[in-house]
Formats: sequence, structure tokens, C-alpha cells
Amino acid sequence: MLLKLWRNKETRSVIIQIVTIALLFAFFAYIINNAVLNLQALGKTFSFDFLKEPASYDINQALIEYTSRSSHARAMLVGILNTALVAVCGIVTATVVGFLLGVIRLSSNWLAARLVYVFIEFTRNVPVLLHILLIHGIIVHFLPLPKQAINVADALFLSNRGVYAPRPEFLDGFVYTTVAFVVAVIGAVLFRRWAKKVQEATGKIYPVFSICLGVVVVLPLVVFLLSGSPLTWEMPKMGRFNLQGGVVMLPEFLALWLALSLYTSAFISEIVRSGIMAISKGQWEAAGALGIRRNRTLQLVIIPQALRVIIPPLASQYLNLTKNSSLAIAIGYMDIVATIGGITLMQTGKEMETMIIVLLIYLSFSLVISAFMNWYNKRIALVER
Amino acid sequence: MANSHNPDMTPGLTNAYDPGEHPDWPAPSSVKGPVHWIKTNLFGSVTNTLLTLLAIYLLYKIIPALVQWFFVDAAYTGASRKECEAQAGGACWAFIGSRLQLFIYGFYPEVQRWRVNLSVVLLAAALVPILFDQVPQRGKWLIYSALYPFIAAWLLVGGIGGLEYVPTDKFGGLMLNVVIGVTGIAFSLPIGICLALGRQSHLPILRIVCVAFIEFIRGVPLITLLFVAAVMLSYFVPPGTNFDLLVRMLIMVTLFASGYMAEVIRGGLQAIPKGQYEAADSMGLKYWQSMRLIVLPQALKISIPGIVNTFIALYKDTTLVIVIGRLDILGIGRSSLADSKWQGLSTEVYVFVAVFFFISCFLMSRYSLYLEKKLHTGH
Repeated sequence: MLLKLWRNKETRSVIIQIVTIALLFAFFAYIINNAVLNLQALGKTFSFDFLKEPASYDINQALIEYTSRSSHARAMLVGILNTALVAVCGIVTATVVGFLLGVIRLSSNWLAARLVYVFIEFTRNVPVLLHILLIHGIIVHFLPLPKQAINVADALFLSNRGVYAPRPEFLDGFVYTTVAFVVAVIGAVLFRRWAKKVQEATGKIYPVFSICLGVVVVLPLVVFLLSGSPLTWEMPKMGRFNLQGGVVMLPEFLALWLALSLYTSAFISEIVRSGIMAISKGQWEAAGALGIRRNRTLQLVIIPQALRVIIPPLASQYLNLTKNSSLAIAIGYMDIVATIGGITLMQTGKEMETMIIVLLIYLSFSLVISAFMNWYNKRIALVER
Repeated sequence: MANSHNPDMTPGLTNAYDPGEHPDWPAPSSVKGPVHWIKTNLFGSVTNTLLTLLAIYLLYKIIPALVQWFFVDAAYTGASRKECEAQAGGACWAFIGSRLQLFIYGFYPEVQRWRVNLSVVLLAAALVPILFDQVPQRGKWLIYSALYPFIAAWLLVGGIGGLEYVPTDKFGGLMLNVVIGVTGIAFSLPIGICLALGRQSHLPILRIVCVAFIEFIRGVPLITLLFVAAVMLSYFVPPGTNFDLLVRMLIMVTLFASGYMAEVIRGGLQAIPKGQYEAADSMGLKYWQSMRLIVLPQALKISIPGIVNTFIALYKDTTLVIVIGRLDILGIGRSSLADSKWQGLSTEVYVFVAVFFFISCFLMSRYSLYLEKKLHTGH
């Protein structure tokens, strides 16, 4: 009877799936049971109440207000923001540098292409953790003390305690400039859509890029000047013992940011290179035969096709960068892993709860990035007619 | 008189050569040769010239300084940092030399180090049939390769069959990197194949389970998984069970690698034309038969470069074990900086480890490129 069921393809697949579910449930029941027993043996409970208790440790870089009396939940939030900060900064720089390197690698300049090739090979064949430690070591050991900080135009001070930069201070009237900027961006987007429609209908081409750039720059600038330039800079100054004022970029942040950007840019440049090389020469020639100018060809023919090849691996590089930012703990940058998965874990002894939180946060980071990149990829995907 | 060295056809010299007898002159230097090459490749346009000048300036700035630091001013002997600095102002390689054993073997007992050496030799033997496909008796040899991780585990840990037991917390240095890397790749391959097949399966529940697992693994950083191994995994075994930290780490690293491996193999599976599956079905082969005999051999062959790349990434990631307190080659380097005799030599340590990783990873990536070229038999 059983053998008969097994021989039938449909019943067999049902049986396999039921068995899979049963095994999975059994496995989870087993490990959860073990966990409960282990927790009991240690006299611990499973609850997330500790998040409300005061964290009582300091965090050297907090984007939101945080003192050691704030709760563990607040510390976690600070950690999340720090991870997000370094990830966003890293993604932006890595993309810019990566595209630049990829283009130089393809250029006809033999020397520059070779130089970039050596840089890329060296960067991507060395573990990212080593990059982080090396750059951190260089900043801490080779930059001067704050008292002898390297002074760049009285605005930027480079020292082994970090880089001090001017802090913008927005006065009352700055709201108008912000509003003007938003309006200008919306206007530019609408104009771009309209120009595209016109081009598709009549073939008339407007200089979209320069007009958009003009609107986005000029309108806020005019409003800014009309409202009386409501922006000042708080310059860092040499105090008695240390530099004071301005924005401080800690060595940990700098090292992590630079190392992640460099490491990822090496991978991105290879992606860009293969993306551009994947477009056959015939595309250039066909566009040339149609009489399209070279920069229009790049803009209308080559880049849209190359992006299709570039976007999916680029997305996974962004994900990698975000995940690699967890290496922050090696140099003491207070990200998610260092705050809630590090000090909070040590203080409260809540291994299970904190690790579950950390894993969930990273999962949601990854899901958000990949959802965004999927959406973008779908938007530019080939529409087959 | 006809000037045989003058190729230009001035009127009046038209009969310098008989028709068809004109010799082939070399192309002028403006279209061929080194001068032309330099002109087009280095100074073709304004931007090109600027780029070239910038590159030359960078090389001029970097190369002499590096050579100076690396070789000319470097100290190769000495018993402490002071002695190094007394000799020259460059790198202090004596530091690395004095700790080379530690870098390679970690804290493995000195008299037992032949076991590590032997397992490296056996590893090389196990790799031969994987790397080269034209060795005699490849099938039997591959069985040995599959058994190798267990042989190596027995050799390194010992405790059975007359070998002295070496606790796994003595593992360190390069040896730890290789142990984690090789174990991770060896065990993640079969798991990855199963996950990839499960993801392609037409059984919805199997597919959901595999997709969830793969996406979870790929969505979290390896560090958090190592933390899970360090602090959380021991909660999931029955109370009182002692669970070695290295084993816990290896489990997590293997699971991590298999998530990535599954995606690489899925790429290979998707590249197999549908006709192959259909042909296998029409031959009356069962699912496992068609996978084993038709689909997987082709899919795995395509995915070998991807597998090598996964291995390179995993190998680089093995340095992360220092965040849970195990001392791999990088960790040994960092911890030896605490020695008061050698304080402040972090650059030497990091450069040494970086050069080491660069050489090994670069060679592996060359191998993967070579494979890609070899397997690219299409056109």
C-alpha cells in the first residue's frame, strides 16, 4: 500500500513535503526545547524587557541624543544609525570611485589602465578586515596629535583623534532655501518627463540636463541670497589642549568608511568594466550610422544597455558593503554589532535576545536594499515588444 | 640614377622599379612602432596626456618610497624594535622572521607540527584530481579527496590511534585560516548542491524552505553568525553537552558558505538548456538519475569558476574569527604587537599579512580565470 503511494508521482511529492515539514518542526521543537532547558539551568528568562533598562555605557559617536542613562533600545537605535551612516557614505563613495576606476581601466591610456589594474587586484585580493585595520593604524599612528594637527585652509584639521571639519549652522530663514530646493527638484523632474514626451512625439530635443541643473542650482541660490544668506559655518578652532568646535569624524568612522569604499570600489569597477564591455561594438557603429552624436550615443544607447548588466551585481556589492560594515567591531566603531550585540550583550547576558535582534536588523537592511535594487532593475529592464 | 632608398614617386622617377617589383617598405613611424604606440596610447588627447602625467607623477612618488621602505632601509636581523631602528629607518622584517613559526602554526605544540605539515601534503594530493581533469584513475582519487577532511581532522586533533590529543584552541595562525577555509568549502559544496536543487524543485514547501534558508544566510554578515556560534549555539544542544568552539565556528562557516554556494550552483543549473532536462525525462530517467548523470555534471562544470571565487571570498573571510577571540594569521600578528620589545610595528604586520593574502588570492583568481577561458568552448 505504502509502496503504491510512493510510486505515484503526485502522492510521492505530497509525502516528501509532509515529511519535510514534520522534520523541520521536530528540529525546531528540539532546539527550542533545549534552549528552554538551558536557560532554566542558568536561571535566565527569555524576554526583551532589558531594552527599557538604562544602558549605562557611552557611545563616542551618536547621531541622536544619547547619554549613558539612555535605555538599551536607544543604544540600539544609535547603533543602527551608525551602521546606516557608514553604509550610505560607503555606498556613495564606492560607486563614484568604482565607476571612475572602471572607466579608466577601459581607457586607451595604457599606463593609467595598468596602474588602476594593479590597484584593483591588490585591493580586492586582501581581506577587508585588513584594509580596515591598516587604515585605522595609519590614522592613529601616523597622523599628528590634535595639537599639531595638519591644517588645511583653516577649515579642515587632520589629527589622530579624527578629522575636524566646519559645521554648518542653519539660521531661521534657511527653510525658504530648502523649500526652493524641493520645488526646483520637482520642477526638474516634471520638465524632464515633459521633454521626453515631446521628444517621443516630435523628435525635438531639449538640453534637459543643463536646464535641470540650472533650475536646481539657481533657484535655491537666488532664494538663499534674497533671504539674507541664513547660513554660517562653525569653524573648528585650536583650543588649549584639543581642537574644539566643528564636526568631528572619528578615526574609527574614517577608517571604516575609507576601507569599505576602497574595497568595494575595486569590485564595482570590475562590474562596470564588464558591463560596458558587454555592449557590442556594433551598437556604437549602428548609432554612428544613424548620425547620433557620440555623447548622445553614450546616453541613449550604451549606458541604458550597460546598466542592465551592471545593476544586479552592483546590488549585491551594496549588500556586501552593508554587511561588511559589521567589521566595525574590530576597531571599535559603535555600530549595531558593537552596541547591542557587543556591550549590551555583555552587560545583560541576554545572548539569545540580542543576537536575534541583530540578525533581524541586518536581514531587514538587506531586504530593503535588495527590494530597492529589484525595483530599479525592473524599471530599466528590457521591455520586449 | 634611381635612388633605391627613396620610396616616393617623384615625376621622372616612375621607372625606378619594374611594375610589381616595388619592395614593401616598413610603415612610417607615425603609424607603427614604439613612437606611434606612445603617441596613441599615452598622449592621444589632452585628457590622455593629463592622465599619463598624473600616473607618472604617482609612480614617481610611490615606487621609490615603497622600495626604500620595503628593501633598502629594511632591517632583517635584530632582537627588538630598537635594534631594528638602529640599523635603518625602514621596515623591521626581523620581527616577522622571529615569529614566523607562530604565524604559520599558531600555538600548535612544537613536537607535533609534523602533523600539520603532513596534512598540507595530503591536502595537495587531494587537490590534484580536483584541479586537473586528466589524471589517471581520477574516480578513485576523488574518493580520497572526499575523505580528506576527515583524515585531516583526525591528523590535526588526534586522540585516537596513537596520536596525541591536541585541543582545538591550540589551532592558530595560517593553519586556522586554512582549516576553516577548506572545511567550509568541502562541506558547503554538497549542502549547496542540495539547496540549489531544492530551490529549483517543483515541490513548493521544499522550495520555500530552501529559499528562506539561502536568503537568511545571504542577508546577515558572517560576523553575526560567528557571534551566534560563540554565544548562542551552545543553547541549542541538550544541557551538559560540551560543544567545541572550533566545531561551532566550522558549522556556522559551512552554513554561510553553502548559502553562497547554492546561488553559484543555481546559476549553473539555470544555464543548462531545458532540452537537457527534457531529454533526460524522455529517456525515462528518474529525478536523481537525471540530475546525477545529465544535469549536475554540466552545471557543476559551468559553476567551477564561481565556486573558486566563493572559496577566495571565504578564505579572506576566515580572518573574521579574530572578533570572537580566535587567533588566525591576522590575530597572531595583532597579538604579537602587544610584546613590549616589538611595540608599534603594526604596519609591518599588516603589510606582511596583506602581501601573503594578496599572493594566495591572486593566484587562485588567476586559476579561476584560466578555468573560465578553458570552459568557454562556445565560440
